[in-house]
Amino acid sequence: MAHETVAEQLDTERDVLFSASGLEVAFPDMAAKPVFGRAPMVRILNGIDLEITRGSVLGIVGGSGSGKSTLGRALLRLVEPTAGTILFDGRDITDLNEDALRPIRRRMQMIFQDPMSSLNPRRRVGAIIADPMQMHGFDHISTRVDEALDHVGLPRSFRSRYPHELSGGQRQRVGIARAIALKPEFILADEIVSGLDVSSQAQVLNVLAELVEELGLTLAFISHDLSVIRRLCDTVMVLQRGDVVEYGDAEGVFAAPKAAYTRELLDAIPLPDPQQSGW
Amino acid sequence: MSAFLTVNSLSAVLHGFDQRVLRSVSFSIDTGEVLGLVGESGAGKSMIGKAILGILPSAISIIEGEILLNGEDLQKMRPADRRRLVGATAALIPQDPLTALNPSRRIEPQITNRLVDILGWSKSDARVRAMELLNEVHIDSPERVMGSYPHELSGGMRQRVLIASAFAANPKLVIADEPTTALDVTVQKQILRLIRELQARHATAMVFVTHDLGVVSKVCQRLSVLYGGKIIENSRVPDFFKGPRHAYSRALLAATPKYTDPDASLLPVDDAVIEAVAAEVLAADKEWRHGA
Repeated sequence: MAHETVAEQLDTERDVLFSASGLEVAFPDMAAKPVFGRAPMVRILNGIDLEITRGSVLGIVGGSGSGKSTLGRALLRLVEPTAGTILFDGRDITDLNEDALRPIRRRMQMIFQDPMSSLNPRRRVGAIIADPMQMHGFDHISTRVDEALDHVGLPRSFRSRYPHELSGGQRQRVGIARAIALKPEFILADEIVSGLDVSSQAQVLNVLAELVEELGLTLAFISHDLSVIRRLCDTVMVLQRGDVVEYGDAEGVFAAPKAAYTRELLDAIPLPDPQQSGW
Repeated sequence: MSAFLTVNSLSAVLHGFDQRVLRSVSFSIDTGEVLGLVGESGAGKSMIGKAILGILPSAISIIEGEILLNGEDLQKMRPADRRRLVGATAALIPQDPLTALNPSRRIEPQITNRLVDILGWSKSDARVRAMELLNEVHIDSPERVMGSYPHELSGGMRQRVLIASAFAANPKLVIADEPTTALDVTVQKQILRLIRELQARHATAMVFVTHDLGVVSKVCQRLSVLYGGKIIENSRVPDFFKGPRHAYSRALLAATPKYTDPDASLLPVDDAVIEAVAAEVLAADKEWRHGA
Protein backbone atom coordinates (compact mmCIF):
# COMPACT_ATOMS: atom_id res chain seq x y z
CA MET A 1 0.00 0.00 0.00
CA ALA A 2 2.76 2.38 0.98
CA HIS A 3 4.40 1.40 -2.30
CA GLU A 4 1.59 2.82 -4.35
CA THR A 5 1.50 6.18 -2.66
CA VAL A 6 5.17 6.69 -3.35
CA ALA A 7 4.82 5.48 -6.94
CA GLU A 8 1.91 7.87 -7.47
CA GLN A 9 3.89 10.78 -6.16
CA LEU A 10 6.75 9.95 -8.45
CA ASP A 11 4.42 9.70 -11.43
CA THR A 12 4.20 13.47 -11.72
CA GLU A 13 7.96 14.01 -12.02
CA ARG A 14 9.31 10.76 -13.33
CA ASP A 15 12.98 11.61 -13.13
CA VAL A 16 14.02 8.32 -11.59
CA LEU A 17 17.77 7.86 -11.19
CA PHE A 18 17.84 4.44 -9.57
CA SER A 19 15.20 1.78 -9.59
CA ALA A 20 15.01 -1.88 -8.72
CA SER A 21 12.24 -4.37 -9.12
CA GLY A 22 11.90 -7.80 -7.62
CA LEU A 23 15.44 -7.60 -6.29
CA GLU A 24 16.47 -10.82 -4.57
CA VAL A 25 19.77 -11.78 -3.01
CA ALA A 26 20.64 -15.17 -1.55
CA PHE A 27 23.90 -16.54 -0.20
CA PRO A 28 24.93 -20.16 0.32
CA ASP A 29 24.73 -21.05 4.01
CA MET A 30 28.14 -22.62 4.53
CA ALA A 31 27.37 -23.51 8.15
CA ALA A 32 24.62 -25.85 6.95
CA LYS A 33 26.57 -27.29 4.01
CA PRO A 34 26.64 -31.08 3.91
CA VAL A 35 30.05 -32.68 3.40
CA PHE A 36 29.11 -33.56 -0.16
CA GLY A 37 26.81 -31.46 -2.28
CA ARG A 38 25.73 -27.87 -2.33
CA ALA A 39 25.13 -25.61 0.62
CA PRO A 40 21.48 -24.56 0.99
CA MET A 41 20.76 -20.94 0.03
CA VAL A 42 19.73 -18.34 2.61
CA ARG A 43 17.56 -15.55 1.29
CA ILE A 44 18.72 -12.11 2.39
CA LEU A 45 16.37 -9.96 0.31
CA ASN A 46 12.91 -11.04 -0.81
CA GLY A 47 11.90 -9.20 -3.96
CA ILE A 48 12.54 -5.52 -3.19
CA ASP A 49 11.02 -2.79 -5.39
CA LEU A 50 12.27 0.75 -5.09
CA GLU A 51 12.64 4.00 -6.99
CA ILE A 52 14.94 6.86 -6.12
CA THR A 53 14.20 10.16 -7.86
CA ARG A 54 17.05 12.41 -8.86
CA GLY A 55 18.00 14.82 -6.09
CA SER A 56 16.16 12.96 -3.34
CA VAL A 57 17.44 11.23 -0.24
CA LEU A 58 16.23 7.73 0.58
CA GLY A 59 16.74 6.39 4.09
CA ILE A 60 17.04 2.61 4.45
CA VAL A 61 16.44 1.45 8.04
CA GLY A 62 16.34 -1.85 9.86
CA GLY A 63 17.90 -3.84 12.67
CA SER A 64 21.06 -5.89 12.21
CA GLY A 65 20.47 -8.70 9.75
CA SER A 66 17.54 -6.94 8.07
CA GLY A 67 19.40 -6.81 4.75
CA LYS A 68 19.83 -3.04 4.54
CA SER A 69 23.54 -3.14 3.70
CA THR A 70 23.01 -6.00 1.26
CA LEU A 71 20.33 -3.96 -0.52
CA GLY A 72 22.68 -0.99 -0.86
CA ARG A 73 25.51 -3.15 -2.13
CA ALA A 74 23.23 -4.98 -4.57
CA LEU A 75 22.14 -1.65 -6.08
CA LEU A 76 25.79 -0.77 -6.74
CA ARG A 77 26.41 -4.30 -8.09
CA LEU A 78 28.86 -5.02 -5.27
CA VAL A 79 26.92 -8.18 -4.47
CA GLU A 80 25.26 -10.17 -7.24
CA PRO A 81 21.48 -10.27 -7.12
CA THR A 82 19.97 -13.72 -7.70
CA ALA A 83 16.82 -12.27 -9.30
CA GLY A 84 15.31 -8.95 -10.26
CA THR A 85 16.47 -5.98 -12.32
CA ILE A 86 18.35 -2.79 -11.47
CA LEU A 87 18.03 0.30 -13.64
CA PHE A 88 20.46 3.19 -13.28
CA ASP A 89 19.48 6.33 -15.17
CA GLY A 90 17.19 4.24 -17.36
CA ARG A 91 19.80 1.65 -18.22
CA ASP A 92 19.59 -1.97 -17.12
CA ILE A 93 22.81 -2.65 -15.20
CA THR A 94 21.76 -5.99 -13.70
CA ASP A 95 23.88 -8.11 -16.04
CA LEU A 96 26.59 -5.69 -17.17
CA ASN A 97 30.11 -7.07 -16.84
CA GLU A 98 32.89 -5.22 -14.98
CA ASP A 99 34.25 -3.53 -18.13
CA ALA A 100 30.87 -2.17 -19.11
CA LEU A 101 30.19 -1.13 -15.53
CA ARG A 102 33.39 0.84 -15.00
CA PRO A 103 32.28 4.14 -16.58
CA ILE A 104 29.02 3.87 -14.63
CA ARG A 105 30.87 3.15 -11.38
CA ARG A 106 32.24 6.70 -11.36
CA ARG A 107 28.67 7.98 -11.27
CA MET A 108 27.72 5.93 -8.20
CA GLN A 109 29.96 6.19 -5.17
CA MET A 110 29.93 4.77 -1.70
CA ILE A 111 30.88 6.02 1.76
CA PHE A 112 31.66 3.29 4.28
CA GLN A 113 30.81 2.74 7.91
CA ASP A 114 34.27 2.43 9.35
CA PRO A 115 36.50 5.23 8.08
CA MET A 116 39.61 3.68 9.61
CA SER A 117 39.38 0.50 7.57
CA SER A 118 38.14 2.17 4.38
CA LEU A 119 41.03 4.67 4.20
CA ASN A 120 44.47 3.31 3.37
CA PRO A 121 46.53 3.90 6.54
CA ARG A 122 49.75 4.25 4.55
CA ARG A 123 48.55 6.93 2.12
CA ARG A 124 48.10 10.60 2.81
CA VAL A 125 44.66 12.20 2.61
CA GLY A 126 45.54 13.96 -0.65
CA ALA A 127 46.49 10.70 -2.34
CA ILE A 128 43.45 8.90 -0.96
CA ILE A 129 41.17 11.47 -2.61
CA ALA A 130 43.26 11.67 -5.81
CA ASP A 131 43.62 7.94 -6.55
CA PRO A 132 40.09 7.22 -7.80
CA MET A 133 40.21 10.37 -9.96
CA GLN A 134 43.45 9.16 -11.52
CA MET A 135 41.86 5.82 -12.28
CA HIS A 136 38.93 7.48 -13.99
CA GLY A 137 41.22 9.77 -16.01
CA PHE A 138 40.34 13.14 -14.50
CA ASP A 139 42.42 16.25 -15.26
CA HIS A 140 43.51 19.04 -12.83
CA ILE A 141 43.48 16.52 -10.03
CA SER A 142 45.32 18.67 -7.51
CA THR A 143 42.79 21.49 -7.82
CA ARG A 144 39.95 19.00 -7.52
CA VAL A 145 41.42 17.58 -4.29
CA ASP A 146 41.44 21.09 -2.82
CA GLU A 147 37.86 21.66 -3.92
CA ALA A 148 36.72 18.38 -2.40
CA LEU A 149 38.35 19.27 0.93
CA ASP A 150 36.71 22.71 0.82
CA HIS A 151 33.35 21.09 0.22
CA VAL A 152 33.54 18.94 3.34
CA GLY A 153 34.94 21.76 5.47
CA LEU A 154 38.44 20.40 6.02
CA PRO A 155 41.51 22.64 5.72
CA ARG A 156 43.55 22.08 2.53
CA SER A 157 46.61 21.41 4.68
CA PHE A 158 45.01 18.07 5.60
CA ARG A 159 46.24 16.75 2.21
CA SER A 160 49.53 15.83 3.80
CA ARG A 161 48.06 14.09 6.85
CA TYR A 162 47.66 10.38 7.38
CA PRO A 163 44.28 8.91 8.43
CA HIS A 164 45.51 8.06 11.94
CA GLU A 165 46.24 11.74 12.55
CA LEU A 166 42.56 12.62 12.13
CA SER A 167 39.57 12.30 14.46
CA GLY A 168 36.71 9.94 13.58
CA GLY A 169 34.53 12.75 12.25
CA GLN A 170 37.37 14.17 10.15
CA ARG A 171 38.12 10.74 8.69
CA GLN A 172 34.51 10.30 7.73
CA ARG A 173 34.65 13.68 5.98
CA VAL A 174 37.66 12.46 4.00
CA GLY A 175 35.50 9.51 2.94
CA ILE A 176 32.85 11.95 1.75
CA ALA A 177 35.46 14.09 -0.04
CA ARG A 178 36.77 11.03 -1.88
CA ALA A 179 33.26 10.15 -3.02
CA ILE A 180 32.19 13.61 -4.20
CA ALA A 181 35.52 14.34 -5.94
CA LEU A 182 34.41 12.02 -8.75
CA LYS A 183 31.31 14.17 -9.36
CA PRO A 184 28.97 11.23 -8.91
CA GLU A 185 25.22 11.47 -9.33
CA PHE A 186 24.47 8.88 -6.68
CA ILE A 187 26.07 8.19 -3.31
CA LEU A 188 25.41 5.26 -1.01
CA ALA A 189 26.19 6.08 2.63
CA ASP A 190 26.25 2.92 4.75
CA GLU A 191 25.99 3.63 8.51
CA ILE A 192 28.47 6.44 8.16
CA VAL A 193 27.80 8.09 11.52
CA SER A 194 27.16 5.13 13.81
CA GLY A 195 30.77 5.03 15.02
CA LEU A 196 30.89 8.75 15.86
CA ASP A 197 30.00 10.67 19.00
CA VAL A 198 26.98 12.98 18.88
CA SER A 199 28.66 16.25 17.98
CA SER A 200 30.72 14.69 15.15
CA GLN A 201 27.55 12.93 14.00
CA ALA A 202 25.83 16.28 13.74
CA GLN A 203 28.77 17.76 11.82
CA VAL A 204 28.99 14.92 9.30
CA LEU A 205 25.24 14.91 8.72
CA ASN A 206 25.21 18.66 8.16
CA VAL A 207 28.06 18.44 5.66
CA LEU A 208 26.15 15.74 3.82
CA ALA A 209 22.87 17.68 3.84
CA GLU A 210 24.63 20.76 2.43
CA LEU A 211 26.30 18.73 -0.32
CA VAL A 212 23.03 17.13 -1.36
CA GLU A 213 21.61 20.60 -1.84
CA GLU A 214 24.68 22.20 -3.40
CA LEU A 215 25.67 19.44 -5.80
CA GLY A 216 22.20 18.09 -6.45
CA LEU A 217 23.26 14.66 -5.23
CA THR A 218 20.97 11.68 -4.99
CA LEU A 219 21.60 9.78 -1.79
CA ALA A 220 20.72 6.47 -0.21
CA PHE A 221 21.43 6.61 3.50
CA ILE A 222 21.55 3.36 5.44
CA SER A 223 21.19 3.44 9.21
CA HIS A 224 19.78 1.47 12.11
CA ASP A 225 18.93 4.73 13.86
CA LEU A 226 15.71 6.40 12.74
CA SER A 227 16.50 9.64 14.56
CA VAL A 228 19.49 10.15 12.26
CA ILE A 229 17.36 9.42 9.18
CA ARG A 230 14.76 11.97 10.19
CA ARG A 231 17.03 14.95 9.68
CA LEU A 232 18.21 14.02 6.22
CA CYS A 233 15.77 11.90 4.24
CA ASP A 234 12.79 12.56 1.98
CA THR A 235 11.64 8.96 1.78
CA VAL A 236 12.17 6.10 4.19
CA MET A 237 12.21 2.36 3.59
CA VAL A 238 12.03 0.07 6.61
CA LEU A 239 13.38 -3.45 6.19
CA GLN A 240 12.79 -6.44 8.40
CA ARG A 241 14.40 -9.79 7.60
CA GLY A 242 14.69 -8.95 3.91
CA ASP A 243 11.14 -7.65 3.44
CA VAL A 244 9.98 -4.08 3.04
CA VAL A 245 7.58 -3.45 5.92
CA GLU A 246 7.13 0.26 5.32
CA TYR A 247 7.99 2.60 2.45
CA GLY A 248 6.84 6.18 2.21
CA ASP A 249 7.74 9.82 2.64
CA ALA A 250 9.71 10.53 5.80
CA GLU A 251 7.20 12.95 7.28
CA GLY A 252 4.43 10.34 7.14
CA VAL A 253 6.52 7.45 8.43
CA PHE A 254 7.57 9.42 11.50
CA ALA A 255 4.18 10.99 12.18
CA ALA A 256 2.12 7.81 11.72
CA PRO A 257 4.15 4.64 11.23
CA LYS A 258 2.01 1.88 9.72
CA ALA A 259 4.13 -1.14 10.49
CA ALA A 260 4.47 -2.48 14.03
CA TYR A 261 8.18 -2.94 13.39
CA THR A 262 8.66 0.74 12.55
CA ARG A 263 6.90 1.62 15.81
CA GLU A 264 9.23 -0.75 17.64
CA LEU A 265 12.30 0.88 16.08
CA LEU A 266 11.06 4.34 17.01
CA ASP A 267 10.22 3.35 20.58
CA ALA A 268 13.66 1.82 21.05
CA ILE A 269 15.41 5.15 20.48
CA PRO A 270 16.47 6.58 23.83
CA LEU A 271 15.41 10.21 23.74
CA PRO A 272 17.28 12.60 26.03
CA ASP A 273 14.31 12.67 28.39
CA PRO A 274 14.16 10.74 31.69
CA GLN A 275 10.35 10.69 31.48
CA GLN A 276 10.10 8.95 28.08
CA SER A 277 7.35 6.34 28.22
CA GLY A 278 7.96 2.70 27.37
CA TRP A 279 11.28 2.56 29.22
CA MET B 1 27.62 7.75 55.33
CA SER B 2 30.72 7.63 53.20
CA ALA B 3 30.35 6.70 49.54
CA PHE B 4 31.27 3.28 48.20
CA LEU B 5 33.62 4.71 45.60
CA THR B 6 35.29 8.09 45.97
CA VAL B 7 37.64 9.60 43.42
CA ASN B 8 39.52 12.60 44.79
CA SER B 9 41.22 15.18 42.53
CA LEU B 10 42.65 12.50 40.26
CA SER B 11 45.15 13.74 37.66
CA ALA B 12 47.01 11.73 35.04
CA VAL B 13 49.59 12.50 32.37
CA LEU B 14 50.61 10.90 29.10
CA HIS B 15 54.34 10.15 29.11
CA GLY B 16 56.42 12.74 27.31
CA PHE B 17 53.70 15.39 27.43
CA ASP B 18 53.34 18.31 29.75
CA GLN B 19 49.55 18.44 29.64
CA ARG B 20 47.36 16.42 31.95
CA VAL B 21 44.89 14.00 30.36
CA LEU B 22 42.82 13.76 33.55
CA ARG B 23 42.48 17.07 35.37
CA SER B 24 41.70 16.88 39.10
CA VAL B 25 38.68 14.62 38.61
CA SER B 26 36.52 14.16 41.72
CA PHE B 27 33.26 12.29 42.22
CA SER B 28 31.71 9.70 44.46
CA ILE B 29 29.14 6.93 44.08
CA ASP B 30 27.01 5.30 46.74
CA THR B 31 25.98 1.66 46.81
CA GLY B 32 23.13 1.09 44.35
CA GLU B 33 23.76 4.32 42.48
CA VAL B 34 24.51 4.82 38.78
CA LEU B 35 26.73 7.71 37.69
CA GLY B 36 26.97 8.60 33.98
CA LEU B 37 30.29 9.88 32.62
CA VAL B 38 29.51 11.81 29.44
CA GLY B 39 31.69 13.50 26.86
CA GLU B 40 32.91 13.44 23.29
CA SER B 41 35.58 11.03 22.12
CA GLY B 42 38.87 11.91 23.77
CA ALA B 43 37.25 13.57 26.79
CA GLY B 44 38.81 10.99 29.09
CA LYS B 45 35.64 9.24 30.17
CA SER B 46 36.87 5.69 29.49
CA MET B 47 40.19 6.55 31.07
CA ILE B 48 38.54 7.22 34.42
CA GLY B 49 36.98 3.76 34.38
CA LYS B 50 40.33 2.22 33.53
CA ALA B 51 42.08 4.21 36.27
CA ILE B 52 39.65 2.83 38.85
CA LEU B 53 40.19 -0.74 37.67
CA GLY B 54 43.96 -0.21 37.46
CA ILE B 55 44.13 -1.10 33.78
CA LEU B 56 45.42 2.18 32.33
CA PRO B 57 47.77 1.77 29.36
CA SER B 58 51.40 1.92 30.50
CA ALA B 59 51.95 5.27 28.75
CA ILE B 60 49.56 6.99 31.15
CA SER B 61 50.36 7.46 34.80
CA ILE B 62 48.45 8.93 37.69
CA ILE B 63 50.33 11.85 39.24
CA GLU B 64 48.05 12.80 42.08
CA GLY B 65 44.75 12.07 43.75
CA GLU B 66 43.20 9.08 45.42
CA ILE B 67 40.72 6.36 44.54
CA LEU B 68 38.92 5.09 47.62
CA LEU B 69 37.10 1.80 47.15
CA ASN B 70 35.03 1.03 50.22
CA GLY B 71 37.38 3.26 52.22
CA GLU B 72 40.64 1.73 51.00
CA ASP B 73 43.03 3.88 49.02
CA LEU B 74 43.84 1.84 45.89
CA GLN B 75 46.81 4.01 44.96
CA LYS B 76 48.60 3.16 48.19
CA MET B 77 48.09 -0.61 47.95
CA ARG B 78 50.65 -3.13 46.73
CA PRO B 79 49.81 -4.06 43.10
CA ALA B 80 49.03 -7.68 43.98
CA ASP B 81 46.71 -6.70 46.85
CA ARG B 82 45.06 -4.11 44.68
CA ARG B 83 44.42 -6.62 41.92
CA ARG B 84 42.91 -9.06 44.39
CA LEU B 85 40.63 -6.43 45.94
CA VAL B 86 39.53 -4.92 42.63
CA GLY B 87 39.10 -8.35 41.06
CA ALA B 88 36.84 -9.44 43.89
CA THR B 89 34.72 -6.27 44.18
CA ALA B 90 34.64 -4.65 40.74
CA ALA B 91 33.85 -5.73 37.18
CA LEU B 92 33.88 -4.25 33.69
CA ILE B 93 31.28 -4.43 30.93
CA PRO B 94 33.36 -3.56 27.87
CA GLN B 95 32.32 -1.74 24.72
CA ASP B 96 33.05 -4.22 21.99
CA PRO B 97 31.70 -7.67 22.77
CA LEU B 98 33.66 -9.33 19.97
CA THR B 99 37.14 -8.22 20.99
CA ALA B 100 36.43 -8.71 24.70
CA LEU B 101 35.80 -12.43 24.28
CA ASN B 102 38.55 -14.85 23.39
CA PRO B 103 37.61 -16.14 19.92
CA SER B 104 39.32 -19.48 20.35
CA ARG B 105 37.67 -20.53 23.62
CA ARG B 106 34.13 -21.62 24.41
CA ILE B 107 31.88 -19.34 26.48
CA GLU B 108 31.85 -21.46 29.63
CA PRO B 109 35.45 -20.99 30.76
CA GLN B 110 35.24 -17.31 29.85
CA ILE B 111 32.53 -16.84 32.47
CA THR B 112 33.80 -19.25 35.12
CA ASN B 113 37.51 -18.37 35.02
CA ARG B 114 37.25 -15.45 37.38
CA LEU B 115 35.20 -17.43 39.87
CA VAL B 116 37.74 -20.21 39.88
CA ASP B 117 40.94 -18.15 39.72
CA ILE B 118 40.14 -15.16 41.90
CA LEU B 119 37.48 -16.43 44.25
CA GLY B 120 38.70 -20.01 44.49
CA TRP B 121 35.41 -21.69 43.60
CA SER B 122 35.34 -25.28 42.45
CA LYS B 123 34.79 -25.83 38.74
CA SER B 124 31.41 -27.47 39.24
CA ASP B 125 30.12 -24.68 41.52
CA ALA B 126 31.29 -22.11 38.99
CA ARG B 127 29.48 -23.99 36.25
CA VAL B 128 26.21 -23.98 38.18
CA ARG B 129 26.58 -20.27 38.85
CA ALA B 130 27.33 -19.60 35.16
CA MET B 131 24.12 -21.39 34.16
CA GLU B 132 22.16 -19.32 36.68
CA LEU B 133 23.68 -16.14 35.31
CA LEU B 134 22.86 -16.95 31.72
CA ASN B 135 19.28 -17.49 32.86
CA GLU B 136 19.40 -14.15 34.62
CA VAL B 137 20.42 -12.36 31.42
CA HIS B 138 17.47 -14.04 29.65
CA ILE B 139 19.37 -16.49 27.49
CA ASP B 140 16.94 -19.28 26.62
CA SER B 141 19.35 -22.15 26.11
CA PRO B 142 22.26 -21.60 28.52
CA GLU B 143 23.54 -25.13 27.93
CA ARG B 144 24.04 -24.47 24.21
CA VAL B 145 25.53 -21.00 24.72
CA MET B 146 28.06 -22.29 27.27
CA GLY B 147 29.40 -24.70 24.67
CA SER B 148 29.46 -22.13 21.84
CA TYR B 149 32.32 -20.06 20.51
CA PRO B 150 31.88 -16.26 20.41
CA HIS B 151 31.56 -16.15 16.60
CA GLU B 152 28.50 -18.41 16.80
CA LEU B 153 26.58 -15.79 18.80
CA SER B 154 24.97 -12.53 17.67
CA GLY B 155 26.21 -9.17 18.97
CA GLY B 156 23.36 -8.90 21.47
CA MET B 157 24.00 -12.43 22.75
CA ARG B 158 27.72 -11.73 23.18
CA GLN B 159 26.93 -8.59 25.16
CA ARG B 160 24.57 -10.64 27.37
CA VAL B 161 27.37 -13.12 27.99
CA LEU B 162 29.70 -10.29 29.02
CA ILE B 163 27.09 -8.82 31.32
CA ALA B 164 26.59 -12.25 32.87
CA SER B 165 30.31 -12.59 33.38
CA ALA B 166 30.57 -9.08 34.85
CA PHE B 167 27.91 -9.88 37.45
CA ALA B 168 29.26 -13.40 38.06
CA ALA B 169 31.10 -12.68 41.31
CA ASN B 170 28.42 -10.37 42.75
CA PRO B 171 30.52 -7.24 42.23
CA LYS B 172 29.86 -4.20 44.39
CA LEU B 173 31.02 -1.90 41.60
CA VAL B 174 30.51 -2.25 37.84
CA ILE B 175 32.19 -0.06 35.23
CA ALA B 176 30.13 -0.11 32.02
CA ASP B 177 32.22 1.34 29.20
CA GLU B 178 29.87 2.24 26.32
CA PRO B 179 28.27 -1.21 26.55
CA THR B 180 25.68 -0.60 23.80
CA THR B 181 27.40 1.53 21.15
CA ALA B 182 28.11 -1.52 18.98
CA LEU B 183 24.46 -2.65 19.04
CA ASP B 184 21.41 -1.59 17.05
CA VAL B 185 18.59 0.31 18.76
CA THR B 186 16.19 -2.53 19.55
CA VAL B 187 18.96 -4.68 21.01
CA GLN B 188 20.32 -1.63 22.84
CA LYS B 189 16.98 -1.20 24.58
CA GLN B 190 16.96 -4.83 25.75
CA ILE B 191 20.53 -4.62 27.00
CA LEU B 192 19.98 -1.32 28.85
CA ARG B 193 16.92 -2.79 30.56
CA LEU B 194 18.92 -5.85 31.49
CA ILE B 195 21.76 -3.78 32.97
CA ARG B 196 19.25 -1.71 34.96
CA GLU B 197 17.52 -4.83 36.22
CA LEU B 198 20.73 -6.53 37.40
CA GLN B 199 22.11 -3.31 38.85
CA ALA B 200 18.95 -2.74 40.89
CA ARG B 201 18.65 -6.37 42.03
CA HIS B 202 22.24 -6.51 43.25
CA ALA B 203 22.32 -2.87 44.46
CA THR B 204 25.54 -2.41 42.53
CA ALA B 205 27.31 0.93 42.37
CA MET B 206 27.89 1.67 38.70
CA VAL B 207 29.92 4.01 36.53
CA PHE B 208 28.26 4.23 33.12
CA VAL B 209 30.50 5.67 30.40
CA THR B 210 28.71 6.88 27.25
CA HIS B 211 28.53 9.71 24.72
CA ASP B 212 24.77 9.33 24.34
CA LEU B 213 22.70 11.56 26.61
CA GLY B 214 19.61 9.59 25.59
CA VAL B 215 21.12 6.50 27.20
CA VAL B 216 22.13 8.47 30.32
CA SER B 217 18.56 9.63 30.83
CA LYS B 218 17.49 5.97 30.95
CA VAL B 219 20.01 4.37 33.31
CA CYS B 220 21.70 7.00 35.48
CA GLN B 221 20.69 8.94 38.57
CA ARG B 222 23.52 11.44 38.33
CA LEU B 223 25.93 12.47 35.59
CA SER B 224 29.26 14.23 35.13
CA VAL B 225 30.04 15.97 31.86
CA LEU B 226 33.68 15.86 30.83
CA TYR B 227 35.73 17.98 28.49
CA GLY B 228 39.48 17.55 28.04
CA GLY B 229 39.72 15.26 31.05
CA LYS B 230 38.02 17.76 33.37
CA ILE B 231 34.55 17.49 34.87
CA ILE B 232 32.73 20.64 33.88
CA GLU B 233 29.30 19.84 35.28
CA ASN B 234 27.92 17.51 37.96
CA SER B 235 24.20 17.16 37.97
CA ARG B 236 21.29 15.01 39.02
CA VAL B 237 19.68 13.49 35.92
CA PRO B 238 16.21 15.07 36.28
CA ASP B 239 17.74 18.53 36.80
CA PHE B 240 20.15 18.15 33.91
CA PHE B 241 17.48 17.34 31.36
CA LYS B 242 15.36 20.26 32.51
CA GLY B 243 18.26 22.55 31.60
CA PRO B 244 22.01 21.96 31.93
CA ARG B 245 23.92 24.73 33.70
CA HIS B 246 27.07 24.77 31.59
CA ALA B 247 26.99 26.12 28.01
CA TYR B 248 28.96 23.13 26.77
CA SER B 249 26.48 20.69 28.31
CA ARG B 250 23.65 22.57 26.65
CA ALA B 251 25.43 22.30 23.29
CA LEU B 252 25.99 18.58 23.82
CA LEU B 253 22.30 18.11 24.57
CA ALA B 254 21.38 20.05 21.41
CA ALA B 255 23.62 17.76 19.35
CA THR B 256 21.78 14.67 20.58
CA PRO B 257 19.40 13.39 17.90
CA LYS B 258 15.71 13.61 18.74
CA TYR B 259 13.33 12.30 16.11
CA THR B 260 10.36 13.95 17.81
CA ASP B 261 11.85 17.39 17.25
CA PRO B 262 14.29 17.22 14.31
CA ASP B 263 14.84 20.98 14.20
CA ALA B 264 16.02 21.14 17.79
CA SER B 265 18.51 18.29 17.48
CA LEU B 266 21.71 17.34 15.69
CA LEU B 267 23.14 20.83 16.01
CA PRO B 268 26.94 20.59 15.96
CA VAL B 269 28.66 22.07 18.99
CA ASP B 270 29.45 25.71 18.22
CA ASP B 271 33.14 26.66 17.87
CA ALA B 272 32.69 29.53 20.34
CA VAL B 273 31.37 27.12 22.98
CA ILE B 274 34.33 24.79 22.41
CA GLU B 275 36.78 27.71 22.72
CA ALA B 276 35.14 28.88 25.92
CA VAL B 277 35.24 25.46 27.57
CA ALA B 278 38.82 24.89 26.38
CA ALA B 279 39.83 28.23 27.90
CA GLU B 280 38.13 27.23 31.14
CA VAL B 281 40.11 23.99 31.22
CA LEU B 282 43.39 25.84 30.61
CA ALA B 283 42.62 28.42 33.29
CA ALA B 284 42.00 25.59 35.74
CA ASP B 285 45.35 24.12 34.66
CA LYS B 286 47.14 27.36 35.47
CA GLU B 287 45.54 27.51 38.87
CA TRP B 288 46.48 23.91 39.52
CA ARG B 289 50.14 24.53 38.55
CA HIS B 290 50.17 27.51 40.83
CA GLY B 291 48.87 25.41 43.68
CA ALA B 292 51.39 22.65 42.98
